Amino acid sequence: MAERERRRTPPYGGVFVARSEILDTAAVRRAIRRMAHEIVEANEGLMDTVLVGLQTGGVPFAEAIAEALMEIEGVEVPVGKLDVAFYRDDINLRPVLPEAVTEMNIDIARKIVVLVDDVLFTGRTVRAALDAIVDQGRPRSVQLAVMVDRGHRELPIRPDYIGKNVPTKRSEAVNATVSSVELGEIQR
Amino acid sequence: MKQLISTADLTVADVDDLMRLADSFAEVQTRDVPKVPALRGRTVVLAFFEDSTRTRTSFDLAARRLSADVLNFSVASSATKKGESLRDTVETINAMGIDAVVVRHRSSGAPVQISRWTDAAVINAGDGWHQHPTQALLDYYTIRQRIGGLDGAKVAICGDINHSRVARSNVDLFTKLGAEVTLVGPKTLMPPQTSDWPVTVSHSIDDVVAEVDVMYLLRIQTERLSSGLFPTVREYRSRWGLTLQRASALRPEALIMHPGPMNRGVEIDAEVVDDSRCVVLNQVAAGIPIRMAVLYQVLGPGRFEDTAGDQVGVSTDAVVEQGGQAEPTNGAKPLSVDATEVNLEADSQSAIKEASCQ
Repeated sequence: MAERERRRTPPYGGVFVARSEILDTAAVRRAIRRMAHEIVEANEGLMDTVLVGLQTGGVPFAEAIAEALMEIEGVEVPVGKLDVAFYRDDINLRPVLPEAVTEMNIDIARKIVVLVDDVLFTGRTVRAALDAIVDQGRPRSVQLAVMVDRGHRELPIRPDYIGKNVPTKRSEAVNATVSSVELGEIQR
Repeated sequence: MKQLISTADLTVADVDDLMRLADSFAEVQTRDVPKVPALRGRTVVLAFFEDSTRTRTSFDLAARRLSADVLNFSVASSATKKGESLRDTVETINAMGIDAVVVRHRSSGAPVQISRWTDAAVINAGDGWHQHPTQALLDYYTIRQRIGGLDGAKVAICGDINHSRVARSNVDLFTKLGAEVTLVGPKTLMPPQTSDWPVTVSHSIDDVVAEVDVMYLLRIQTERLSSGLFPTVREYRSRWGLTLQRASALRPEALIMHPGPMNRGVEIDAEVVDDSRCVVLNQVAAGIPIRMAVLYQVLGPGRFEDTAGDQVGVSTDAVVEQGGQAEPTNGAKPLSVDATEVNLEADSQSAIKEASCQ
């Protein structure tokens, strides 16, 4: 779902209803390819670069970017899967449950870690992810790649690689998958 | 799930949530820093009115790995020794402003009673012959890891059923999850009435050993000898113990389980413990992620149980506001600190403080 930030989809009630498609499959693929090129360019290659997808929305994008990097540079970039539930700042405010088990079978010490998520909204998930990352080791740097930046940041967090900037209303919701990006609402 | 008194109170969905949480916490265990900040600022009291090493250390470690503050309150150093009533003890702990109490008590029903005296989440860590729900959950977690689940599985629970809280909580949980449970043991160690239990009863371990998926052995307490419930330890072993010979009749993929501590050579032969089908140490290891899951559930998502549907459905800003108001503070506890001082002698209060180690 678009924002795990304040998830209002089942089991907590509400379903996502799409109003318009912003990117189709081909457009998403082109955006992922461009982001992969930008990652190579910004880091002058892929030495010591690892991708970390945030469970669960960011994982397919991390894998798609890794695939694109393989095509571009011929380098296999390790992909980790990180769940940030236990690092969230809203555990006392709503029922926070992990989405999936963390799988970080990679050593991130002295690596360039590129966090990958589907939708960047308030920035709170990314803040939690930064805490979770430093518990796993001390990376050389951490960068952020998101498929959709929908605005409404509540923390000083800025993405390094953006698939698509989508201006939204706060009440709207964005559903980003590797096959499409849709704008719509959560209806209860 | 706001508290955990009995496995009978859990729905299948609750159990699934706990298992998924335990999977996540099991991963946390494998990290260099096996700790997450999920319950930072929460205080968990371990109130063990009965001796326990493994359950208490397991809860202690689980709470610390969630970054909760832990207050150990053991009977040896507590005011109970000085004649304080359970209620006064609980209200005293409560007045200190805590979020969860983990209770072990020799009397069945003590945790329920305690939950009426405190706003804190109560977790039963074993009460009399009644229930030991985290044991049942960690047993299920171990079974789930090894054979996938319990739906349609055949489980034999063998030993002193009547005096066993483990048997009762496991029967409740395992049958709920679709297992066929057979209780095995001498008539003297069976509950007087099992007709309303969803189980079959057998008095011969040899009748069931070849067909079960899980052979669950209970600890035989030697003090039962003096009550004349079975003649000798050797006789118990020869008729009801999982001997090497009986273990060879077990199916190759069956599991041998025991809640510990084991009496090697009584209910289980020493050689059988080293059998690859024996998952006793896996059970112990499962204790920490399961207890982390229970603590997280009652202190995290469980607090929103009544409102989860509506609250999270309203606009995002309202969620934050409502949540902020709903957040319990220490001021909400019923007893003030002044009342504590009236209720307690000064020295017993300091004894509690000494007993706490954060």
